[in-house]
Amino acid sequence: MLIKKADDIPSSEITPKSLYLNRRKFLVAAGLAGAAAAAAKGILDIASPERAYAEEKIPNLQKSPFSTNEKITPEQTVANYNNYYEFSTEKDEPAKLATKFRTHPWKVKIEGDVSKKQEWDIDSILKFAPAEERIYRHRCVEGWSIVVPWIGFSLSELIKRADPLGKAKFVEFTTILDPSQMPGQTRNVLDWPYVEGLRMDEAMHPLTLLCFGMYGTTLPNQDGAPLRLVVPWKYGFKSAKAIVRIKFTEKQPVNTWNRSAPNEYGFYSNVNPNVDHPRWSQKTERRLGEFLKRPTLMFNGYDQVASLYSGMDLKKYF
Amino acid sequence: MIRTLKFVLFLACLGPLAYLLYGFFGRTPFDMTSWGQGLGANPIEKITHTTGDWTLWFLLITLSITPARNLLHLPSLIKFRRMIGLFAFFYGCLHLLTYVWLDKFFNVHEMLADIAKRKFITIGLTALVLMIPLAITSTSGWIRRLGGKRWQALHRLIYFSAICGVIHYLWLVKADIRKPVEDGIILGALLAYRVVIWALGAYKRRPRLASVAPRAAVEQGQ
Repeated sequence: MLIKKADDIPSSEITPKSLYLNRRKFLVAAGLAGAAAAAAKGILDIASPERAYAEEKIPNLQKSPFSTNEKITPEQTVANYNNYYEFSTEKDEPAKLATKFRTHPWKVKIEGDVSKKQEWDIDSILKFAPAEERIYRHRCVEGWSIVVPWIGFSLSELIKRADPLGKAKFVEFTTILDPSQMPGQTRNVLDWPYVEGLRMDEAMHPLTLLCFGMYGTTLPNQDGAPLRLVVPWKYGFKSAKAIVRIKFTEKQPVNTWNRSAPNEYGFYSNVNPNVDHPRWSQKTERRLGEFLKRPTLMFNGYDQVASLYSGMDLKKYF
Repeated sequence: MIRTLKFVLFLACLGPLAYLLYGFFGRTPFDMTSWGQGLGANPIEKITHTTGDWTLWFLLITLSITPARNLLHLPSLIKFRRMIGLFAFFYGCLHLLTYVWLDKFFNVHEMLADIAKRKFITIGLTALVLMIPLAITSTSGWIRRLGGKRWQALHRLIYFSAICGVIHYLWLVKADIRKPVEDGIILGALLAYRVVIWALGAYKRRPRLASVAPRAAVEQGQ
């Protein structure tokens, strides 16, 4: 019988007995460390959401007399707190889900009662007028508000070039319909595509902004890129995002939220502290970043639009 | 063993509160200007939603103890039910405190108007009020004083509290009813389980008299 001599192991490779006996402890510790690291990452993600979008700087911005001198809400807040149901009904989700949304090429159809139906490229629209920075208050129907330095020019500049016929009394705005890019559109939360509308005099009012940027750059996708509306005296949902169609009509358009809950969301939806939402008060609002609520102002403080509604019962036409 | 598990469970139930406190005070608890930043753009809304969610979830977990005991043959699960139920009440109280303090800032006038006018507030408050007698009588002393049968009857209020909680959530959301509907389906299943058990019991206990009724009475057309 052949008995082989065991290979010599250098003493340096022999595991010290104490370590050998502690190997279970080590495994537990390693496991815990891993779990702790994962948990810490989760918490850090909550603590500092990353900016995951790429915007371009917009040069030669003109200042606007319509701007408020109130404290501007941090860009981080405005870009991570979005009611954009086309992506998600959770406000912190659109920033993550919209990163790959394609905003170029982009065309906007001009339809309805116009002298000539046509399609404009986004790049030609942006050349209609010089870009202005307008610092507006923005009040959501849910009871929160922000102050945003939007970039754009008056919508009237586009309407003039669209040349609507005399019988056109309203303007309808339609958001892009593309469930392959907008996961929220695969669920029937609202009747897609999103439609909003304005009366012609509201649309022509110089405050009504055709917007393509904010905070000095082009819009982040989650804030409505490449082209949106900003109507500062109305609740936020009136300001349609990612617009692909502008239609001039004789009849009042049925806007999406009005279709969804007619007793809660009217066509006008002017900011009005005296007309409550059926389920909550509109008297006050929380300015994001502030602890105490502040009173909500009639027409969100834009009194210059009051004449548009003189003689109208704003409780009836809410 | 049970004591250790209870302690672990107690710490776990404090998890949501710890998450909110860490999120609120963050890594710089002494810098007041940073407070709330870890909870996103609208920290008060986040606190309101988180405490509300967990109130409802703890109620659903409480209600799943009985089915879990029976279906998994784990009768000792009953030892954890009181604690989980009390945590539902605890988070419910935090939820109310958030509303009273952070949302309305103790404005009694506005809160009364809310309770009268906003049905989702009314029913939410109902859900919490229904939990008060259950929290008070959760001690062994009260079980003895009331007697098992009466105590059990009283604690069926939890069914109504949970139903009010789900409706409160449903009436609150704007358009996306998915989450309250999910909670409602779970609650529906937990309540259906009890109905089935009750019906089976009633069937087994059914009076057999009909089958042995005197033939003569039937024949006489009585």
